[in-house]
Amino acid sequence: MSALLSIDRLRVELPGEKGTRTVIHDVSLDVGAGEAVALVGESGSGKSMTTRAVMRLLPEGARLSGEIRFDGVSIPGMDRRALRRWRATRVGMVFQDPRAHINPVRRIGDFLMEGVRLDRRLSAGQARERVSRLMRAVGVGDVDRRLSQYPHELSGGLLQRVMIAAALATEPDLLLADEPTTALDVTTQEEVVAIIDELRRERGLAMLFITHDLDLAAAVCDRIAVMYAGSIVEERPAGALTPDASHPYTRGLLAARPEIGRRESRLRTIEGRPISAFEVGDGCAFATRCPMVRDLCRRERPAPVHVTGGRVACHFAGEAEPQAVAGDGGAR
Amino acid sequence: MSVLQLAAAPGSPAITSRDRRFGALTAVSCAVVTLLTLAAVFAPAVAPYDPTQVDPSAVYQGPGGAHPLGTDDVGRDILSRLLYGARASLLGPAIVVVVAAVVGTLVAVTAAWIGGRFDAFVSRALDVIFAFPGLVLAIVAVAVIGPGLMAPAAALSISYIPYIARVLRTAAIRQRNLPYIAALEVQGFGAAAICARHLVPNLLPLLVVQATVAFGYALLDLSAVSFLGLGTQPPAPEWGLMVANGQPSIVAGHLEQSLSAGLTIVVAVVAFNLLGQGLSRAFLGVDR
Repeated sequence: MSALLSIDRLRVELPGEKGTRTVIHDVSLDVGAGEAVALVGESGSGKSMTTRAVMRLLPEGARLSGEIRFDGVSIPGMDRRALRRWRATRVGMVFQDPRAHINPVRRIGDFLMEGVRLDRRLSAGQARERVSRLMRAVGVGDVDRRLSQYPHELSGGLLQRVMIAAALATEPDLLLADEPTTALDVTTQEEVVAIIDELRRERGLAMLFITHDLDLAAAVCDRIAVMYAGSIVEERPAGALTPDASHPYTRGLLAARPEIGRRESRLRTIEGRPISAFEVGDGCAFATRCPMVRDLCRRERPAPVHVTGGRVACHFAGEAEPQAVAGDGGAR
Repeated sequence: MSVLQLAAAPGSPAITSRDRRFGALTAVSCAVVTLLTLAAVFAPAVAPYDPTQVDPSAVYQGPGGAHPLGTDDVGRDILSRLLYGARASLLGPAIVVVVAAVVGTLVAVTAAWIGGRFDAFVSRALDVIFAFPGLVLAIVAVAVIGPGLMAPAAALSISYIPYIARVLRTAAIRQRNLPYIAALEVQGFGAAAICARHLVPNLLPLLVVQATVAFGYALLDLSAVSFLGLGTQPPAPEWGLMVANGQPSIVAGHLEQSLSAGLTIVVAVVAFNLLGQGLSRAFLGVDR
């Protein structure tokens, strides 16, 4: 089965003051039709940059190698017309901060109508009908009033629903959600996630869900890929991540989650600071913080290895963690 | 002309209603501009005399009586000439500003959107035009095409493009980099559609302010060209021309023509400037 979205050894370099800097290092990831895949990682791990590469939104001067295919068609190879057509009809995107991603001086209705009219077969009446239907589908009541309002009159949660409606306006096959709930308060987060999840299942939409929240990823996605310093370190089916996690970074992340009912004086953390992809030397990206680091890790970058249901990029994946205090092996 | 400080609509710091107050000075300048425009449009209805009617029996009449502002050296009514003169005097700058605004906006938005080397080239080209004095270009145009309103207006249209384009380019680049533009691109809109429906409308307040201020300066430049005898030709009335025509009479002690035309130019230019400033405060929340 060929995937709907297939990212193959994607590498992105950005121009910097001292030559180019690699921000994405050999990322490979497949999203099947109707499948939801989460990309989880810390800020700066390259998860947003990966989606930007998929959407061809990379900053000027960025160099991309590897391949990204959608339904077998190379996205980096598309000409401007094809790219516009693809963006308009096959894929939708929801951003982290809805307020920044919507023209503040246009009414909600105009914004949505414009998006819906990208589907050129629709008449004005049909377009209006579809806008109302979309608004109801994302759980917005009092549609007529909302459509005549300006973005600043709507709450963040409502505005994110409008963005979701806009992303779904032309009935795409793939939804890219770049931390769609990070800018919202907790209760609103839950509602927005529920809407995305429901609409996705109803419409058989594939989704690439970017988040730094492991539990959220597990709740709405079929598969989870964990990113660290520009690479995917581990990929697992959502249900199997907690029991099967074998990369020390994934385990560290899982251990760092606070749990209700577990009393702790201090939350557990991963020692050291997250590094950027361009800081990685020849060895494993996580070598500077890994509690079980060995010589091999600093010399050689581990290639992702297929394991049951997933992939792991670690020389010593699955080995028991030393019981010593974390930080022991945190060589600099 | 100083360049505006920018505070384009989206993504700009909060503007309080206090910053947006529409001052008394702006109201007065707005009224003056409206009056001048009405005078130009309705000159035939409001002017008491034919502006080109020579009357040897009424040479150098003082203000008051039958001629509110007096008559000139050949007995023409000065008020009527000022009112009719508003037509040529305002039409010239209007052409300059409209052409410069349309071309300037196109240039600015294209350069901002494409960026890179194209943008660098356009910016340097604008600098070159900016460095070349508009008046000199206008005089060259007259030498090539011949005197009249059109030659200097065409020349000044070109030299005013940078006034509009440079300011708008900076604002357009800022807009271009705002997330909402990226979101529209991702939705599948083409560059032309995004620019026409979102980017340019969001630049309009700035464009209006910039064009208003440019109008005053263009008026001054065109009056200077006419004063030199290269613009509107006699006997047609035009303010700059009237200042020049009245010069010999000053020696004879008759200030009326030059003074009234000169004052009208000053009032008009100041009014456009103040209106530009007021609009800037009202639309953009910044003083020039």
